[in-house]
Formats: sequence, structure tokens, C-alpha cells
Amino acid sequence: MKKNLSHKEIMAIKRVKMPEQDAQDRSRNFKEVNLGLNKEQAIREAQRCLQCKSQPCVDGCPVRVRIPEFIEAVAEGDLPEAARILLADNTLPAVCGRVCPQEDQCEVLCVRGAKSGPVAIGYLERFVADWAMEHPEELTGGKPPQPSGKSVAVVGSGPAGLTMAGELAGMGHSVTIFEALHDTGGVLRYGIPEFRLPKRIVDLEVTRLQNLGVSIECNVIVGKTVTLEELSEEFDAVFIGNGAGLPVMLDLDGENLKGVYSANEYLTRVNLMGAWRNDVPTPIIHGRQVAVIGGGNTAMDAVRTARRLGAERAIILYRRSEAEMPARIEEIKHAKEEGIEFILLAAPLEILGDEQGWVTGLRCQKMELGEPDASGRRRPVPIPGTTFELEVDVVVNAIGTRANPLLTATAPNLKLSPKGNIETDNTGATNLPGVFAGGDIVRGGATVILAMGDGKNAAAAIDAYLKKND
Amino acid sequence: MFPIVSNDLIAPNLYRMVIRAPRIARSRQPGQFVIVHADQEAERIPLTIADADIDRGTVTLFVQAVGYSTCRLTALPAGTSLRDLAGPLGRPTEIKPWGRVACIGGGVGTAVLYPLAKALAEAGNQVISVIGGRNADLIILADELAEFCVEVLVATEDGSRGRQGFVTHVLQGLIADPRSIPQAVYAVGPVPMMKAVTEMTRPHQIRTIVSLNPIMIDGTGMCGGCRVVVGGELKFACVDGPEFDGHLVDFDLLADRLSTYRTEECKMIRKLPEQQRPEQRNQ
Repeated sequence: MKKNLSHKEIMAIKRVKMPEQDAQDRSRNFKEVNLGLNKEQAIREAQRCLQCKSQPCVDGCPVRVRIPEFIEAVAEGDLPEAARILLADNTLPAVCGRVCPQEDQCEVLCVRGAKSGPVAIGYLERFVADWAMEHPEELTGGKPPQPSGKSVAVVGSGPAGLTMAGELAGMGHSVTIFEALHDTGGVLRYGIPEFRLPKRIVDLEVTRLQNLGVSIECNVIVGKTVTLEELSEEFDAVFIGNGAGLPVMLDLDGENLKGVYSANEYLTRVNLMGAWRNDVPTPIIHGRQVAVIGGGNTAMDAVRTARRLGAERAIILYRRSEAEMPARIEEIKHAKEEGIEFILLAAPLEILGDEQGWVTGLRCQKMELGEPDASGRRRPVPIPGTTFELEVDVVVNAIGTRANPLLTATAPNLKLSPKGNIETDNTGATNLPGVFAGGDIVRGGATVILAMGDGKNAAAAIDAYLKKND
Repeated sequence: MFPIVSNDLIAPNLYRMVIRAPRIARSRQPGQFVIVHADQEAERIPLTIADADIDRGTVTLFVQAVGYSTCRLTALPAGTSLRDLAGPLGRPTEIKPWGRVACIGGGVGTAVLYPLAKALAEAGNQVISVIGGRNADLIILADELAEFCVEVLVATEDGSRGRQGFVTHVLQGLIADPRSIPQAVYAVGPVPMMKAVTEMTRPHQIRTIVSLNPIMIDGTGMCGGCRVVVGGELKFACVDGPEFDGHLVDFDLLADRLSTYRTEECKMIRKLPEQQRPEQRNQ
């Protein structure tokens, strides 16, 4: 155990490597790529944590998981204790351990990072969360909270809504989530593919919330089935976490050819509707040569999906260079190992088609990097006279999403930004009393963990609001 | 779960299904639709809400059994339930006091037309319904429409009921006579029919509203699978429509995009038990 290790011995332990499915095999199946640590690997990795007093890692975590504490419990082999600490701050640890960009958050601040690589906080979180799912009997015994008699409606069952619901249920409030789709999870269900986040994990996390007393109603489209006003009358408070699910279109000639998808459509067909299986009725075009436009995580998910659907050539087309790609480093690495081709510094000019209306190609423009733009990244500038054509039969647009106006269109008094996002103060409160919001509907397209942080933050504000109005 | 209250065959391959969905019944307006996801293994399909009964908490759907999902859906007996029913979706119909309105319905489009015609009549319009089909067996809702329409005109391709020919022939007659020329036209049916109607009204500058039927998945605007081009602009039929100004719609693009999954659709039909296939049911 850790107490017996000297500082030198601790410093000598190398960062664990995540066991993975072989790249050749996995590029043709939808099973999870990362296989998870075993207990010995996890304890060894946990021993690398120096338990520093300043705990910079916690500052990097949007939901402020008490990282050194749960890691210390792992190092001591006390997994029930590790799970209790982790679950106290994070409603969806098995999700976060898989999809958070730890390299930009908790791990980037780890003091061991500079010399020998940061402690693998994400891998350890995943290990503890998976263990907790398999051993629910060892985690019972907590006293259920005193019912507050207050009710809260949560719009959307994505990461923000689920986190919010878990927090509020833990405080004794009666919570009902309203979800527009037929299944829970938001982007965790329809966006992130099975090979990165098995849907079984989402089911288990959602079941845990339901066991806490959270009720979930699917097929309710707030703004259509019921209005925000009706929810405000029926519940003591409302939280809006309905995301930024509206695709930004390419606005190019040929965009409406058969075989051109938004990433949302492509991924929804495959993930939510199961189109990767050949025995379901929802179809998907199995392109032989697929180009995905964009450089974020959604683009990586789409291109790796195309490969698994059988594409001989699956291409990322991105207008800047790899250094500017917003996708996680791990996803880019995995994509490359799986044979994804990267065409960088190139932008699409036109989607080409045949007489029957099918996509046949993409006319592209080579780019170079100019001065930094408002985002701080160097702006791509076309190089005159350098166009080229790619032969493709499927094009997936993954250039981004924005706020869906379905709810806000029927809530005329709700204050919005010029881009259509809901405006809130730093507690998540909107301009309407008792109405709070968080996640992508406030931020625009961001990350799972930032949405969760918003959910947690707003839960505290809602709790305070409910107590004040008692 | 959404219980199926009744499911009746009203014409060859055409079923009237009444489903219990109190929230949708309460909030729906004419022109809106639902997404049906019959079970975990089903696909999501859009269907117009033909009618609603707020007191009973039910909505009525007319379903034409044409492919794998609609054949499976219509094979579900009363007493069973649908896993998911989401709505009401889309924008409600533009109901104005036009004066004289012609409502043109082809095939199952007549069922989609029914709630619009009713709402237009309730708003004080003189509604003339023009409904058509291949033969007399496929003419639906004529009596129901007659309850509030000033006239119900029927056209069949084989002449077995009403006038022989297409609904457009009847419309042509209405337009030709100053005493019957409509101030607005609503057309719902197959793409070639809606296109023909808009070409007929265009020279007379008669406001023509069509209800488009592109492929949909979520129906809430998150994917753009249902995109159509209207007046040169990209629109999502599920949130911006499904009704649009027919004179601005690119019907050829709509028809072409509707053919995207034809091969897959044919494959899926062969997976149905034989007695459930549309060609078997036709006999």
C-alpha cells in the first residue's frame, strides 16, 4: 500500500497505459475501444498521486470532484469509499471518465504532469465508476434526504439536466425531467458513439438517478407538447438544459444531394436508431468513400463511425492544421490508428453530384494559416489557384451546432442573446423568476463536463431560490 | 406508453388509428404532426394528426400501409400500445378568412387535408374539397368532409366515382369559372400532384399552400434530414413547415430526396411476414 512507498518509489511509477482493442479489429466493430484498467493497474496508478495540499486538479474540474481523496481511497484499495467520494460530486462519473477532455481540465493542472505525465485521473474515475456500477450493493446505506415538498421541472435529459436532477434529488426536491426524444441522455445517447460510450453505461447512470427518485418523461417537447409557462405554473422551479442541437449548414452548392448528412443526422441514425445493425428499419448510407468536414469531437465520431460502417476511405477535411483541431488528442490518435485519412488545410467549395442526385465528389480549396482571429486561432486563408477534387459518396457536415429555438420560440419573455442562446447570470438564473438554464443552450456547443458543471451550479442556486420562497 | 383505442381499415391499405395521448390532444392545432416510434426496434415516422378529442384525450391518425414501418404499425390491434408518440410538431396551418377556398387531397393526403378543411370552414371560409384516387375504393372521408364543406368534388382515374381524371382537372374547372375561382388553395398529396396544383394556380396568383412530406428522423429540428428548398432558401420542414407557399417550393428536389432509401425500403419490406406486406393486403 501507498503508506509503505517512499517519495522516490512513488516518482518512479510510470503512468499507466489504457488497454485498448486492437486498431485493425476495432475499426470494423462498434465495441468500446478503451477496455478500462484492472484493479492492480488502478491501484498502481493511484499511488502516483502526490496528495499535494494545493490540489490544483480540483480547480480544473467543473464539478469539483475531490480528486486526491478518491484517488487516495483507490490507492488503499478501498473502492466503496472511492465511489462514495466520487459520486458525491459527480452524477455521471462513468460518462465523465470516458468523454471528458481531462488533458485540458483536471490533468493539465496535475503537478506530476511536467516530468512524468499527469496522474491518469480520468482512467481512475472510469475505473471507480465502473466498479460502482457492478457493486451497487456495497454503496447502499446512505440516508434518503428529507423531502422538501418542492418540485422542479428539468427540460432535457442531457448531461446538464441529468446532473441537475441528481443534485436536486439529493437535496430532497421532487424532480421531473422532460425529454423530447424517446430515450434519455441527449448527446450521450444520439451523439457519442457506442465505441466511445456504450449505451449500457448511459442506461445504468440514468437508472441510478431514477433510484434516487427522479422521474423521467420522454416524448415531451417543451415548447410544443407543453409550454414553459405551463411548467412554471405546475412546478416551483424550472431548469432548461435543452442543448444546442441545431446543425449549422454548410451553405454550399450540392448540400441537398443524396448522401450529404449533418453530423447530427448521421450520428442519430447510427447511435439512437441503431442503424449500424443490419436488422433495424432505420437506414443509413454505407459510403465507400466518406468525407467528414470539421475538426472537433463530433467530426472524429462521425468519421470513425463511417469507417466502422465499412468505408474504404474515411477522410477528415479540416481547414486549419492539426494543432488547431478542437477534438481531443486521444480521439485524433485513435482515428489515425484506425486508418482515418486527414486532409488538413483544406476547405470544401462545392459538393458534386450525378444526374440521379447522388453525391459523387467534393471540390476543395487548399488553405494556409494567416493572422490569429477572434478565437485566438490562426485564420485559414485560401491559397489562390489550388483547388482539388475528392471522389466521395457520402459527405458529413460536422462544422457545428447552435441553439434550437423550439422552446424559446414559445417563451417570448425569456431573454436571449443575439445568437438565440438563453442569457443567465453566473448562478444560471434567467430573467424569469424561478427559471434557470445551463449547458449548451446558454454556452453554445461546448463539452459534457461544462454542461454538468452548469447543472451542478444551477442546482445550488435553485435550492437557495426554493428555500427563500418557502 | 400510448394505448391504441381503435384501429379500423377504412379503404384498401388505409387505417384510421385512434391513440390515447391526452397532452398531444390538448395542444395540437390543425396542420401539426406526430412522430410515431411503435417499439424499441421500430423507426421514427412522421404522421399528421387528423383529428383530436380533448375530452377523451385521443388523437386520430390515418396510416397508409406502404412500407415496413407503416405495415407493422397498422398490424397492431386495438388494446396494444405504441412505445412513443411525440408531438404536436411543426407549425399550425395558416388559417385566414380567405373567402372561397379549394382544398385538394390525393390518396392519403385527403386525411391530412381533413383537419385543415375543417379549421378553414370553422374560420368562416366557403370550403370546396376536391378529393381524388385511383378508384372509388380509395376515396376516403367524402361524407365527413361534406359535413362542413359547401361542396365535395370527387375525381377517380378510372371514373368509378365522380369525375374521371385527376383532381387537377376538377381544379381547372373551378379556376376557369369566375363564380367558383378560389381565393386560396390548400393541396396535400403525392409530390407530382402538389406540383401540378401549384403550376395550375401560379398564373392566376392564387395563394397555394402545400403540406410537404420529406424524410424525418427526430422532427424537432436537430438534424436537417427533412430539409427542403423554399424560395431559394433552405428550410427544415419539421420546424419551419410542414406547410409552405407552394409557388416557392422546389418539388423536384423534394421528390429526389424522398428516393434516398428506396433500396433499403424494398429490402425491409421483404422482412415482413407475408400477410403483412402491402402487396398481399391489396388483394
